[in-house]
Amino acid sequence: MSQTLVAPPPAPQTDERLVRKSMLGRLMARPEVGALAGAIVIYVLFFVVAPPFREAPSLATVLYQSSLYGIPAVGVALLMIGGEFDLSAGVAVITSSLVASMTAYQLSVNVWVGVLVSLVVALGIGLLNGYLLVKTRLPSFLVTLATFFMLTGLNLAVTKIVSGGVATKDISDIDGFDSAHAFFASDVVIGGMNLRITLFWWAVFVGVATWVLLRSRTGNWIFAVGGADASARAVGVPVRKVKIGLFMTVSFVCWFTGMHILFSFNTVQSGQGPGNEFLYIIAAVVGGCLLTGGYGSAVGAAIGAFIFGMTEQGIVLAGWEADWFKFFLGAMLLGATLLNVYIRQRAETRL
Amino acid sequence: MSRRSVRTVSIALVACLAVATACSSQGGAQEEEKNSGGGGTNTAAGPRLKMAMVTHAPAGDTFFDIIRKGADAAAANDNVEYTYSNDGDPTRQATLIENAVNSKPDALLVSVPAPTALRASIQKAVAAGIPVIGFNAGREAYQDWGAIMYFGQDEGIAGNAAGVRLKEESAGKVLCVIQAQGQSQLEARCNGVKAGFGGEVENINVNGTDLTSVRSTLESKLRQDPAITHVITLGAPFALTALQAKQASNSKATIVTFDTNSELVGKIESGDIAWAVDQQPYLQGYMSVDAAAFYIRNGNVLGGGKEVLTGPAFIDKSNIAAVSKYAKAGTR
Repeated sequence: MSQTLVAPPPAPQTDERLVRKSMLGRLMARPEVGALAGAIVIYVLFFVVAPPFREAPSLATVLYQSSLYGIPAVGVALLMIGGEFDLSAGVAVITSSLVASMTAYQLSVNVWVGVLVSLVVALGIGLLNGYLLVKTRLPSFLVTLATFFMLTGLNLAVTKIVSGGVATKDISDIDGFDSAHAFFASDVVIGGMNLRITLFWWAVFVGVATWVLLRSRTGNWIFAVGGADASARAVGVPVRKVKIGLFMTVSFVCWFTGMHILFSFNTVQSGQGPGNEFLYIIAAVVGGCLLTGGYGSAVGAAIGAFIFGMTEQGIVLAGWEADWFKFFLGAMLLGATLLNVYIRQRAETRL
Repeated sequence: MSRRSVRTVSIALVACLAVATACSSQGGAQEEEKNSGGGGTNTAAGPRLKMAMVTHAPAGDTFFDIIRKGADAAAANDNVEYTYSNDGDPTRQATLIENAVNSKPDALLVSVPAPTALRASIQKAVAAGIPVIGFNAGREAYQDWGAIMYFGQDEGIAGNAAGVRLKEESAGKVLCVIQAQGQSQLEARCNGVKAGFGGEVENINVNGTDLTSVRSTLESKLRQDPAITHVITLGAPFALTALQAKQASNSKATIVTFDTNSELVGKIESGDIAWAVDQQPYLQGYMSVDAAAFYIRNGNVLGGGKEVLTGPAFIDKSNIAAVSKYAKAGTR
């Protein structure tokens, strides 16, 4: 017997999940809004106190330095949204450039061969991090700390064995250098402003990451994996693949940064890099990614990198006493992050 | 890994190798092999000696790399075998020294930037009858902490010499770039520059483990203060970075530096960097090993117990031709 199902009368809109939020409300709830407010405050501050900060070339330098924190931070932010950390990112940047440089120099081959070999090696590092993580179930903090130390040692030891010194040889006279330099480290003059190409690549990476996060199934998976690992697994999200993929994404952006460093300095020093992993994490966190995972955005990480780059360069442009540099840096980051949290809380309670 | 991805990866690797062997390039290692020739001598001058070298070098430092090359060369010539360890943190360096003493070497070779922190460990070597040779850092008090000889430059004298030269070149305002905040020998150099120059010297701290950040910071500084006529860096890699910063910021400042490496020498040849204060690190490493061997085998003390200064010497356009081929071989 068939039965006519009578639809229950539409419930008056009491469920807060169904309430249509205003445009402004939805905008205010985005993870990057607080960071944007912090960025604006710091920008205005330096605009007022540091006359050279107002000039276009200075802004180009600030943006350039921000892009070098921001490009790796795109991957690091995705990984953090997915609930994991990567402490090996700073050293992996240098590993990539060392591999590319030594491959091209020692084999006397086109530098693009070195670039590709180093991409394979870099992705291998990400794969190793991810694989160890899902296999051993150790916290990512430990797994990537181990990778951090191993890469630091390998960078020094292998460079010494292969090139006989602690820095790689100059590769600027090797075939393909010019095109690789143009691709990874050239300058573009727009309206009298000398912009480095990393700025455009940064925008591309942020754009792609944002699209993946907000418009693709993979994006949902990343949020799910970071927010609720067990339930994500229960509803069929390939948790392991997502985590390994995220580590490989970090490797990719680190590789890219490494290529920029290689082609803008022609040689690489093997002791560089340690410490920078924290700057990438700082960019992501200042930009609104939660340290516990499940929340954040690529645009936020970009704003976080911009805040850091702007503060670092702004202190110099303002001519503040050099001995106090790190103090100012820390104090302003704290201020920007507190403002970020405050604005976000206001936005959430108002909805 | 699935079978398909295994196959993809292997194809990629084979392709890489094929490309690597097929498209040979100009430049690179093969060219270097063609250019280099000759060989070293390796004469044994007595029974094999065991030494330990402990420095305060940061990891991957190009300057200390030259010191080690000197030490390696002396070790090969003198039939010496030496262990090397390094740590920039004084307490950890002290531990490394004690480890070295425990292995009972025939001689201990140390650089001592923090004499008060390291004195106790070094005196354990002295008490055990191990001869101690100081080099590179620790000149102020090497006899106090127990070294019988010392090879290095006086940071104050070197800084002073650089300052005097800046004054001769009628510099306006000098920017002294410190690549590691709070290291006493770096501060001492900048103070020496200030004393010798007599004019305005401003110090700036940069993050030495991140060259792109060094470059951006110097770019900003040069824009912020157009009065800067000279930038003096305390290590060769930072001079090369300062040069890029100068170009990016359209500054007219002259770049000068302490210490050299092979790339820097090229920039002095081309006139992009005006001069470098050379403390001849190769000599510091070589002499430490060599003098220790002489002391053990023949009782010689070089310098009559007084320090032997390895610098400062200036490298500029006038003498660069003589230096450049050595720098390219990594010995200057």
